[in-house]
Amino acid sequence: MTLDQMKPKTRGVVRRVSATGALGQRLRDLGVYPGLPVRMIRNAPLKDPMEVEVDGTYLSIRHEEARFVEVDPQ
Amino acid sequence: MSPRLLVALAGQPNCGKSTVFNALTGARQHIANYPGVTVEKKVGAFQFAGLRVELVDLPGTYSLTSYSLEERVARDFLLNENPSAVINVADAASIKRSLYFTLQVLEMGLPVVVDVNRMDVARRRGVTLDHRCLSRLLGVEVIPTSFKAGKGRKRLLEALDRLVKAPGGGPAPVFAVDYGPMEPMVRDLEKALTDLPGLSGPARPRWLAVKLMEGDDEARRMVAGAPDAGALLARADRLRADFESEQGEAPEQHTAYRRYHAVDHLVRECVTLEKTPRVPLSDRVDLVVCHRLAGPAILVLVIYGIYWLAIVQGERLLGLSWDLLLGARTVLQALLPAPGLVTEPVFRTFALWFADSINSLLIYAPVFFILFFLIAVLEDMGYMPRMAFMLDRIFRRFGLHGQSTLPMVLGGVYAGGCAVPGIMSCRGIPDQRARHATILIIPMLNCLAKVPLYVLMVEAFFPQHKGPAMFFISTIALLMALPVAKVLSLTVLKNMESAPFLMEMPPYNLPGVLAVAGVAFQRVWLYIRKIVTVVAAVAVVLFVLFHLPGLSPERKAHYENLGGRALEEFFASVRSNPLAPDMGEAGIFVLAERWSVMREGGVQALAGGLAWKTPLLERLLAPQAPEERQAARALEAFADRRAEIMGLADTERLTTSLLGRFGRFMEPVTRFAGFDWRVNVALASAVAAKESSVATLGALYQGPNDSTPLAETLRKKDSGFSPRSALALMLFMALYPPCMAAMAMIKAQTGSWKWMAFAVAYPVVLAMSVACLVYTGSGLLGLSGIGAMYAFWGLAMAVTVVMGFIPPAREP
Repeated sequence: MTLDQMKPKTRGVVRRVSATGALGQRLRDLGVYPGLPVRMIRNAPLKDPMEVEVDGTYLSIRHEEARFVEVDPQ
Repeated sequence: MSPRLLVALAGQPNCGKSTVFNALTGARQHIANYPGVTVEKKVGAFQFAGLRVELVDLPGTYSLTSYSLEERVARDFLLNENPSAVINVADAASIKRSLYFTLQVLEMGLPVVVDVNRMDVARRRGVTLDHRCLSRLLGVEVIPTSFKAGKGRKRLLEALDRLVKAPGGGPAPVFAVDYGPMEPMVRDLEKALTDLPGLSGPARPRWLAVKLMEGDDEARRMVAGAPDAGALLARADRLRADFESEQGEAPEQHTAYRRYHAVDHLVRECVTLEKTPRVPLSDRVDLVVCHRLAGPAILVLVIYGIYWLAIVQGERLLGLSWDLLLGARTVLQALLPAPGLVTEPVFRTFALWFADSINSLLIYAPVFFILFFLIAVLEDMGYMPRMAFMLDRIFRRFGLHGQSTLPMVLGGVYAGGCAVPGIMSCRGIPDQRARHATILIIPMLNCLAKVPLYVLMVEAFFPQHKGPAMFFISTIALLMALPVAKVLSLTVLKNMESAPFLMEMPPYNLPGVLAVAGVAFQRVWLYIRKIVTVVAAVAVVLFVLFHLPGLSPERKAHYENLGGRALEEFFASVRSNPLAPDMGEAGIFVLAERWSVMREGGVQALAGGLAWKTPLLERLLAPQAPEERQAARALEAFADRRAEIMGLADTERLTTSLLGRFGRFMEPVTRFAGFDWRVNVALASAVAAKESSVATLGALYQGPNDSTPLAETLRKKDSGFSPRSALALMLFMALYPPCMAAMAMIKAQTGSWKWMAFAVAYPVVLAMSVACLVYTGSGLLGLSGIGAMYAFWGLAMAVTVVMGFIPPAREP
């Protein structure tokens, strides 16, 4: 599954980042790479963007961007 | 002259880099832009160990690729300017990401000292870091500091001293990232690059080899400069393709992940993390602050809080700054060449005009200070990303960004604000397209200086509908700004760089009041220094437009004549007064002017007293004896008559000036908006400062001594005004181009005169179209003023909704 499909308060592990270009770069910059634990925290009051925790870092990401992060749910 | 040392300060955003910069350089800073781009370049100087250091604060970036403008600027500086040393500021509280950046700096092969800042914050979050261990593994000095708590400055400078005095710029870094399966390819390219004849530039071959593997455009360009680069670049492309097909991973992903693995190793060796790395408190706060219902409620409270503190309370302080500035103006008045009977030397008029222009923005300094203070508090606390998180969904629909929230609040999204700090706070928006869209619409919001005209119009033409009219004014700005933002982002801005939204939500932080106040003060000061030049330039242009060609000799003679008669009357009335010879000798119109300034009392009397107090003036200001009282009465009559004549001459000069002619010239067009030439002139006069519009209307519709309220005069049949044209005028004011200070800010933030000119030009066209639509349209439909107001609000709402559903511009 992809990150945007995760339900709030669930956990997983990053399997692959399929984003390229600027988004791929930004995900790498903020330290999102395969093997890291990820936790979906909440959606914004208007459902988008979402807040996730990746290995201790809290990130805000739009759903359309989160589609490019594949996760293994736990 | 001691030797000069160029040192670069590099680090990620929010790592405390600016705190370090301020602590090292103090107030000796200079802000400019990097040549040709909009990225701000902060340079500071300081002395240490007999050296004069010039410290350049590079833009904060997460890495050193060539994806964003900031990254390119930072990287180009490190590559091309050949700094004697690089201070890499790392954040102990997010050490993994910081080291990821550090490794990239080290890879460039520059002399580096690593400053691990925010040690105190890290310790509070349960992170223990062994800097000696890090230093040993990295092969460069690592200095732990807590600059916000004032710790580490001396140690860092000592390390810098050792670094620059070491032979050959210090020991070569021993740490190199192991790129695993990519290593052979990197070595292969590295060797080819070393052997490539004609490869110029300071870049290290290994660094270039890695960048070529990553497919970095800028690196390719650097290599392409060499005569035989074609074969090498083709080889790099082949290696990239081979790698991707063998490993199933893009090379640039691979290099990043290998760097993170190297960081993991460093962290395992030198850093101990407690089980819960984030303050659980921050998590619990977010449960409320980002809650589905409580979150927006808190957001509204915060916005209201900003409004109440800066606008409601700030307005009280305006009186104070006004007094100070008025005092300064009076002193200036005293120092300038004396005025004539009813005319003034041009130099005097110009100097006072100039002072008034500068004052019109200095007066807002207290409001700016409060706003900048509040921005600094919100930034420091970490609330900004939460704001963006909550509102991104709405703003994105209009080509804006979650981080447009704060600029729009400051600009006066609802009740009142100021475009200047609003535009200034756009700096943080990472998406270039959204940033420009935000900058361009902020002047459309409800700035404080628009309010006097609104109040006058509502008073005059909507007295029975004050409530709905005020609601209309407060909300219509946003309903016009959002669709305009969307249109701009789909048209003129569509080719601009856009950026992913993805951002960090840092843990909350208690702001330090002193530090925050320091930042706010510094920003106000920098802002004043920066915009005074632009304001000065614009003031000169406006002076010409307002004052040329001036009165014809005949008209001048006419006013001189009137003045002469007033003078005769005065002398006739004091003929038998013993004070008359003294008054004549002092120069009667000089005396009249000084007397009327000091009569105002308060600061003006104080400043005037300092500048030109004479026994005669004193006696006339506080007359005791009968002859003194009689002389004072006569002087008063003369001073009033003189002011009246000068007022008439001023009005005539304005109406015949280039601007006044423009007002008449535009009448055939503005007729469709219900504006006659007088309204045109009033609107044109607001270019300098919007508050002037009401004063100009007053001067054009009433004589100087007319005591009828202006609202009443305007309501009269022959004024040419109607509720419909009043509505059109209010909307024109709502869409009015930015004031001088805001123009200066737009120039600074976009780095281009072209965008500044656009920001001035498009509102004029838009405002005129809207005003004509409302006036002529409501006339055709037979609507009343208030009916037109409701209709326009409904229309704006409908357009906003429709615009929200149009898909955004594609990536360029």
